[in-house]
Amino acid sequence: MLVSLNWLKNYVDIGTISPEALAEKITKSGIEVDGIEYVADKTENVVVGYVQSCEKHPNADKLNLCQVDVGDEILQIICGAPNVEQGQKVAVAKPGAVLPGNFKIKKVKLRGIESNGMICSLQELGIAEKYIPKDSADGIYVFPEAVTVGESVEPLLNLNDAILEFDLTPNRTDCLSMLGVAYEVAAILNQSVELPAPQLQTATEKAKDYITVNVEAKQWNPYYGVFVVKDVKVKPSPLWMSNYLMAAGIRPINNVVDITNYVLLEYGQPLHAYDNDKLQSGNIVVRRAKDNETIVTLDGEERTLSEEHVVITNGKEPIALAGVMGGLDTEVTDATENVLLEVAYFDSSVVRNAVKATGLRSESSTRFEKGIDPNRVREAGLRACELLEKYADATILTGVVEFDELDRNEKQVDMDTFEINKRLGTNLQATEIVQILQRLQFDFEQQDSQFKVYAPTRRGDISIFEDMLEEVARIYGYDNLPYTLPAGASQAGALSNRQLLIRNVKHLLEGIGLMESRTYTLTSEAAVDKWISPEVREKQYIPIELKLPMSEDHKYLRLSLLPELLRVISYNQARNQMDLAYYEMGSTFLTKEKELTEQPDERLRLSGALTGKWVDHPWQQEGKEVDFYVVKGILERLFDYLRITVSYEQIKLPEMHPGRTAVLKTKDKIIGFIGQVHPSLQREWDIKDTYVFDINMEEVFASYNHVHSYDPIPKYPSIARDIAFVLDEHVLAGDVKQTIEEIGAPLVKRVDVFDVYQGEHMEEGKKSVAFSLLYQHSEKTLTDEEIQVSYDKIIEAVKQSFNAYIRS
Amino acid sequence: MKDQLASIEREALNKIADAESMKELQEIKVAYLGKKGSLTSVLRGMGKLSKEERPVIGEFANRVRENITTSLDEKTESLEQMALEKQLEKETIDVTLPGRPIKVGGPHLLTKIIEEIEDLFIGMGFEVREGPEVETDFYNFESLNLPKNHPARDMQDTFFISKELLMRTQTSPVQARTMRAYGGDKPVKMISPGKVYRRDTDDATHSHQFTQIEGLYIDKNVRMSDLKGTLDTFAKKIYGKDREIRLRPSFFPFTEPSVEMDISCKVCDGKGCSVCKGSGWIEILGAGMVHPNVLSMAGYDPDVYSGFAFGMGPERIAMLKYGVNDIRQFYTNDIRFLKQYHKA
Ligand SMILES: [Zn+2]
Repeated sequence: MLVSLNWLKNYVDIGTISPEALAEKITKSGIEVDGIEYVADKTENVVVGYVQSCEKHPNADKLNLCQVDVGDEILQIICGAPNVEQGQKVAVAKPGAVLPGNFKIKKVKLRGIESNGMICSLQELGIAEKYIPKDSADGIYVFPEAVTVGESVEPLLNLNDAILEFDLTPNRTDCLSMLGVAYEVAAILNQSVELPAPQLQTATEKAKDYITVNVEAKQWNPYYGVFVVKDVKVKPSPLWMSNYLMAAGIRPINNVVDITNYVLLEYGQPLHAYDNDKLQSGNIVVRRAKDNETIVTLDGEERTLSEEHVVITNGKEPIALAGVMGGLDTEVTDATENVLLEVAYFDSSVVRNAVKATGLRSESSTRFEKGIDPNRVREAGLRACELLEKYADATILTGVVEFDELDRNEKQVDMDTFEINKRLGTNLQATEIVQILQRLQFDFEQQDSQFKVYAPTRRGDISIFEDMLEEVARIYGYDNLPYTLPAGASQAGALSNRQLLIRNVKHLLEGIGLMESRTYTLTSEAAVDKWISPEVREKQYIPIELKLPMSEDHKYLRLSLLPELLRVISYNQARNQMDLAYYEMGSTFLTKEKELTEQPDERLRLSGALTGKWVDHPWQQEGKEVDFYVVKGILERLFDYLRITVSYEQIKLPEMHPGRTAVLKTKDKIIGFIGQVHPSLQREWDIKDTYVFDINMEEVFASYNHVHSYDPIPKYPSIARDIAFVLDEHVLAGDVKQTIEEIGAPLVKRVDVFDVYQGEHMEEGKKSVAFSLLYQHSEKTLTDEEIQVSYDKIIEAVKQSFNAYIRS
Repeated sequence: MKDQLASIEREALNKIADAESMKELQEIKVAYLGKKGSLTSVLRGMGKLSKEERPVIGEFANRVRENITTSLDEKTESLEQMALEKQLEKETIDVTLPGRPIKVGGPHLLTKIIEEIEDLFIGMGFEVREGPEVETDFYNFESLNLPKNHPARDMQDTFFISKELLMRTQTSPVQARTMRAYGGDKPVKMISPGKVYRRDTDDATHSHQFTQIEGLYIDKNVRMSDLKGTLDTFAKKIYGKDREIRLRPSFFPFTEPSVEMDISCKVCDGKGCSVCKGSGWIEILGAGMVHPNVLSMAGYDPDVYSGFAFGMGPERIAMLKYGVNDIRQFYTNDIRFLKQYHKA
């Protein structure tokens, strides 16, 4: 809502407060003023001039030589505008004037003849082009009415106005009218409001002899009234009205249209004017539209209607779509003489439906949608008639023909000073509350600390105690509320065990050198079925699709974090960032329903993607590309941290390197996978060799149940023994290790691989794997014999199980 | 004999003093103190001495041996020291060469901000609650006083999955869920951080996915001044002690009275600049007293219980605090962007 301060001053005395200071006060009282705009920069020395004569410039076809009376002198001005004529009253910038854009007017010579000033267009005076009436758009501005020669144009054209841009919250629809704004500003400044009091002359003819009104759709149209307006003279509006409309962002058209717009803005009440001579009946019937009924609206479009809509008809055909737009057939034109002026109260839902169906949102429909003041409907009609009488020379027939079942009752809200203070933390006296209610101009009854407030119908947002609490607080001033901290019993705040574990896992990975990423939950159709962990894939979940996505890239809820994570790798590598190590923890969304009726399972996963160098220190010849074992090392540390035993088994997955991928298992349950992205997908996604991991955190949480305890530090020395086996190259080191651990238990505390060799000096198809074994006993020092017995058993077992022999 | 011993001592000590290597010292040791050394051979002649002379000469000879030994030891130590110094000199490195880089990992900037806020509120006795990202219409809207057809629903363009299921547009449904879980007769003091979704086209200031932190405090006798005090504590901690805060009335369907909080602009110190659009203030969060409909729908009697709620956007906080000027930065995960925030 654009609020012209000059217009506002008609209803409330705002004194000498600056627009900026007023805007600040309004913002702090609850309506955000988004900006202040001045109609024009300060203009001086621009006055009304009378064109005494206008001739062609002797040396230039397109220029006119004018003698212009500006009151105290006659100025010779050369004007290039095609529409300048003798007898016009125009805006003259005298030499010394400064126009917007710091355009200084000086005496000049044009084609040998002196020009002492400039005849101005509205654009040149600083008015935005889009608001300028069409007939003034090309050329100089011509005053439409009697103005005094020599008078400054600044007030005449409202150039000194400041316009406040209100950013209204949905509850404050009362400020979609100048009168509503006046009440608000009056409350803030502690001033009174002066309302228009429309007065009509008495006509001999009665409206009801011309028209009948019959409302069938009562539920959606509790009030419908028409005024019959005869002998209208369609012409430009008075200057002040055009000015205010332009300030409010509306282009003046003609007096009839402008008056309906003016009253719309002043009262917040939409009106509609029909050409009464085109109505083709004396009956107005308001009813629900029929399915597939059509109407050609004012914009020339044919609209197909349904039973969700309400139409105004002439008894047969629709002449308007209620609350949204009139029909073309009954449009008011320059030739219109007799007008039927409609004022109505349409239910917001029916207007909203029509707006949705037609896409026609206007100043009128917006107000119906948000709800209008039932006590202003008829009043607004009277106001419009008064203006039509005055500015369109019309005759208003006596009476309004109406259907009226409108509820105009005020809502009652009880409140108590004690309760107000208890809720706000204030110490207000009843007398202060009285003052606040008076400033708001709310009617009330008081009994000591108790109030019964009659919330005015213009404030449809007030219906309960808490609404009044806000009114009291905002007029009292939020700034004046004290600062306190909650006085209730204090409780310990803390993260839950799960939240704590998540944080710790993240910190662990970050300490290792992984960067957390936050990607989008929504992914593309092409990506949604990729890199899904086998334990998820086997359940055949169905990707969840948005009904109305904003883009193809973000259409499905993810089943894996990896596609978006790999997009991050691709994004960075395209920007020459090659060494990357990311992880992300986030939800995946699992359902087996084709059409979702229940919330999906949201399962937390931890994923990572690593590429490029892991260690890079060239001058010491230290460098290590990320490979499977770098990533596995990270996971080993993670599961060591989590005290979860995990095994790795080779697997083939569709989007993964067939030889470099493993599933992670704990207690025979798959909890994720690790490996290199399939080289052909690496090419497709434009990424270098990239290793990923993906872990089902829900399984991790389920497995984690550690109770903290103390393991005594061993008192007796440990003894290390190494063995190197020559194995068939397909034998898995992990299997051998497992055998050693099994056979060696309980004396062998730890088994590590410390060397793997294949190649020269090694039989074809064989490899050597060396293990170091750590022997230890908690209660004694192990003897050489004890160790030897165990050692021999291990060698024998490995020989047997893996067809191995000892490497000498 | 005494003279003989004295001259051996002199000669030996001189040689030790002149010695330049461990090898020389070893030779000296052998030459004087060894089995065939000169001191030893002189002492062998002790038998020829008289009973009276023997102890005197014996004592003298011992002193000579001691002196030579001590001198040898001292010289050895000094030569070793010199050798060590020489060796260490050789080991000198170029300290200006770069060190082995440490892999830089760390939290995402948004996580950093969220955890900072979590910790602040945990310190004030709040718990952290989470909830589903795919929500029901009921929890996302209706339970928050946004019935179907409520005009304020236009304020939030929602990704629907089915008629009743949607991507949550706010983390407030977690509040509704928590209140229900608490059963209507216990205080609730919680914050709920999380991802939320809106049907927006991604650009510098809009993102179809972003994060939110909402807070809720329900108890008997919760006052609006408590909200003001709590938010003031929050703002001063997050934005700095010298920031002023301002509360303005606003509108949210789930609170009444409703509040918007501004802080004084850090860039211009409240004088007005392009960052604050000339107002001197920057809007940072929305809040209010929990609407009685929200309380009663969750089983709390609005005549007995009252409460406050607030909500803020970590992206916005990051943008203000660090001057990030494009919200998409948070989701492209450009490594150069993320790395900037892992310094003290
Ligand atoms: Zn600023």
